[in-house]
Amino acid sequence: MNPLVTIRIAVRAIVRNKMRSFLTVLGIVIGVAAVIAMMAVGAGAKARIEQAFASMGTNLLVILPGSTTSGGMQGGFGSQPTLTWDDLAAIKKQVSTVKSAAPQLRTSSSVIGEGANWTTSVIGTSPEYFEIRAWEMSAGQPLSQSDVDTGTKVIVLGQTVVEKLYGASVNPLGQTVRIRNIPFVVVGVAERKGQSATGQDFDDTVFVPYTVFARKIQGGLGKYLNGTIYASATSADDTHRAQAAITELLRERHRITSGDDDFSIRNLSEVAGAQAQGTETMTSLLASVAAVSLLVGGIGIMNIMLVSVTERTREIGIRMAIGAKPRQILLQFLIEAVTLSLLGGLLGVLLGVGISKWIALKLGWATQIDPNVVALSVAFSAFVGIVFGLYPARKASQLDPIDALRYE
Amino acid sequence: MTSDHHAQIMVKDLTRIYTTGDVVVKALAGVSITVEKGEFVAIMGSSGSGKSTLMNVLGCLDKPTSGEYWLAGQEVSKLDKNALAEVRNHTLGFVFQSFNLLARTTALENVELPLLYQGVGGKERRERAVHALERVGLGKRMDHVPSQLSGGQQQRVAIARALVGAPKVILADEPTGNLDSRTSMEVMKLFQELGKTGITVALVTHEPDIAEHMSRVIVVKDGLIVEDRRQTPKEAVVPPLKEEAT
Repeated sequence: MNPLVTIRIAVRAIVRNKMRSFLTVLGIVIGVAAVIAMMAVGAGAKARIEQAFASMGTNLLVILPGSTTSGGMQGGFGSQPTLTWDDLAAIKKQVSTVKSAAPQLRTSSSVIGEGANWTTSVIGTSPEYFEIRAWEMSAGQPLSQSDVDTGTKVIVLGQTVVEKLYGASVNPLGQTVRIRNIPFVVVGVAERKGQSATGQDFDDTVFVPYTVFARKIQGGLGKYLNGTIYASATSADDTHRAQAAITELLRERHRITSGDDDFSIRNLSEVAGAQAQGTETMTSLLASVAAVSLLVGGIGIMNIMLVSVTERTREIGIRMAIGAKPRQILLQFLIEAVTLSLLGGLLGVLLGVGISKWIALKLGWATQIDPNVVALSVAFSAFVGIVFGLYPARKASQLDPIDALRYE
Repeated sequence: MTSDHHAQIMVKDLTRIYTTGDVVVKALAGVSITVEKGEFVAIMGSSGSGKSTLMNVLGCLDKPTSGEYWLAGQEVSKLDKNALAEVRNHTLGFVFQSFNLLARTTALENVELPLLYQGVGGKERRERAVHALERVGLGKRMDHVPSQLSGGQQQRVAIARALVGAPKVILADEPTGNLDSRTSMEVMKLFQELGKTGITVALVTHEPDIAEHMSRVIVVKDGLIVEDRRQTPKEAVVPPLKEEAT
């Protein structure tokens, strides 16, 4: 018999008992809807975390100078400069998995504009820095290599600083700002980065060439790099290799054999991964709770199918007398169960998508509907239909036509 | 191997023995009959005589314990469930006492059912079902569900359903048992018309009034045939209309 015809017979039987069919599939509907909504919320949260970390820079490694012990007091990381400018050059040149590296010299200082001042974080760095942190300009140019080489007093402003000094609507390019009484010409405005995962404002900062920073603010460009090094690996997969290679290089350069490193390397993609994994765990926990509802829904379908087989014993007898083979009866009830659960699955998808949209709208959470999750939960509901429909369908197909016809 | 003459039904030494625990019931104790094409057979007998068992075996719903059963030239007594379903679908048509139509299903869809299982395609299926319903005089009630039809009309839908698959043999189990005498005559008239087209009809009844419209009467008692006579069938005449629209 044509499977399309079997499907039609099944659909007809479902439509004949609208209310009962609906109540039967309610479990599946709720299960699928819950899975989709949970996964959407989870995926949204994960995407937000990933985005936050991506805004810090791609494949980022931060190399911090190490602690030094002086007089029995252990200073924290960064308490003493241990990294040298030669270290930076060596990292750039000798580590193949490092794409580029830049110094970050940092201080907090007041920046004075035309009629306003603002205390912000001043960073001395090189042009590579913007590339490493995937930071574009919204106006003007980033720092250039010649600015660094010649020690030109130019500055790139973050959006927050622009707003505080000039207001949102003014173009500050070409203006002069003063830091510790040194005039800097504004050559660029960095585009908005937003907040870090911990709530730090990335845009509340300004950038000057590190040569100028070291000479004018730190009081001289010496052997030591009085700050940190930002490096980017050639790809996300290479961050670990890059980290290992830098560690090896710096140990060699600093003649460290004991393992008591005078530097440390933070791998930000690792931190991001850990955070994302946290939400993932949470999401899968919630989704598995929702999956239980699918299972319960499946049992509901089996229950109703069993009732249906008993109720329709006579019908089965008639069909058999007329010439339906056991296999055709089996198929009919199986398709009925699958159609029922698929219908529930589709209703669940609609409900789940609706709920995620509602959550996004009303609660302001980022939600992301993954088509794979939708496909998977629909497929799973069909699977539930097969598993829980098989037993009742087998029971129906094994009825004896004479007994079935006699059944009242 | 095929049977060597025109017999539509040929059973030889047919037995059907039920064993429930220690109790052994010989529902059929060795029955042999040959029914020719176009014959019109009434099977009579009191309840417990074995006539229902005989009908079930003839209808390929039950398998004999021993003996041969040739149906339209095919030995069917040893076929498996699927093959029997095939035989019921293609060679036989059933009419039951309680009509046995699918509830909440239109007359047309009920009649289409055997064709559905034969794998007849949509358009041809519809046409044949419509034709069968017209043949039983229900061309105007095809969209009615059984609960909207009278008993006589329901039985005619059932006859249309039995006819639609172009069977060689129609088996009817007390087809007039639930009908009043006038409607019974309508149904018998319909059967007689079918008989003229060459379809073999076997009909179980315990009413002599019904049996007299058949060309042959077989009486079953204690699982054996005790009487087998041929007669000139009485023409079924539907008494003048009281107040029933068809």
